[in-house]
Amino acid sequence: MAILRWRDPFETTAFTELNRLQEEMNMLFDRFFGEQRTPVRNAGVFPAVNVAQDADNVYITAELPGISGKDLDITVEEESVLIKGERRGGPEGEDVSYHRRERGEGKFSRTVALPTRVVAESTTAETRDGILKLTLPKAEEVKPKKIEIKVD
Amino acid sequence: METNLELRGKKEMEAKGELTQRRPVFIPAVDIFENNEALVLIADMPGVTNEGVEIHLEDGELTLRGRVAEEQQSLNPVYTEYRSGDYYRSFTLSNVIDQQKIEASMKNGILKIILPKAEAAKPRHITVKAG
Repeated sequence: MAILRWRDPFETTAFTELNRLQEEMNMLFDRFFGEQRTPVRNAGVFPAVNVAQDADNVYITAELPGISGKDLDITVEEESVLIKGERRGGPEGEDVSYHRRERGEGKFSRTVALPTRVVAESTTAETRDGILKLTLPKAEEVKPKKIEIKVD
Repeated sequence: METNLELRGKKEMEAKGELTQRRPVFIPAVDIFENNEALVLIADMPGVTNEGVEIHLEDGELTLRGRVAEEQQSLNPVYTEYRSGDYYRSFTLSNVIDQQKIEASMKNGILKIILPKAEAAKPRHITVKAG
């Protein structure tokens, strides 16, 4: 599986370019009407993730309903995270007839490129109410430094 | 057989009338199946706790609502692939449901509602006598 830098895949074809334009127009309107919104672009791979950061950590969240910790296999490297897992559904007993079946099941595997280097060993992961949250401490050398200026 | 989970974007609901809160409302993906005893509905509502679920059944119309706790917005987003918001969906039930015995549970972001069929609505085998 190829590891892609987290911006490239969206800026290739004319079609995605159009989508981006539409998204930007929407944002413009939202801003005009006083609503703040971050652009949403998905990578076409399950699960959709949100990546955020503050001065000390990078945070990754993903909506994984029905998947508990034991169904997940997470590998953290210096600049990427691999999230693998499986959602099991399967038949709900004998004599069952389905009216609707919209929820998927099966395996998934997703690589997320990180914005900075992280300390893989001190990563923490938790699942709560079907949401996975990874907290990845930033590597010491990439943390923002405060430089004090001495005044004589 | 091995299947892979595919990404399906969250479907946002068009609001009927004006909402009091400015946040998106999504239509949860559901499985609905029935056996002889009951109709079972399973809905994906990640981020919704036990307290956040509201189920309403009136005149054969079942309404689900899931509220997600407000996120603190202090983080600096790098990359946003999904948005969070509440969930809402309603169904018209064709079966007669025993309202007293409805059970609902929430686990790992999945809502499961068991709607037992009323005695009168349970299927009966009818044998056709040869004349």
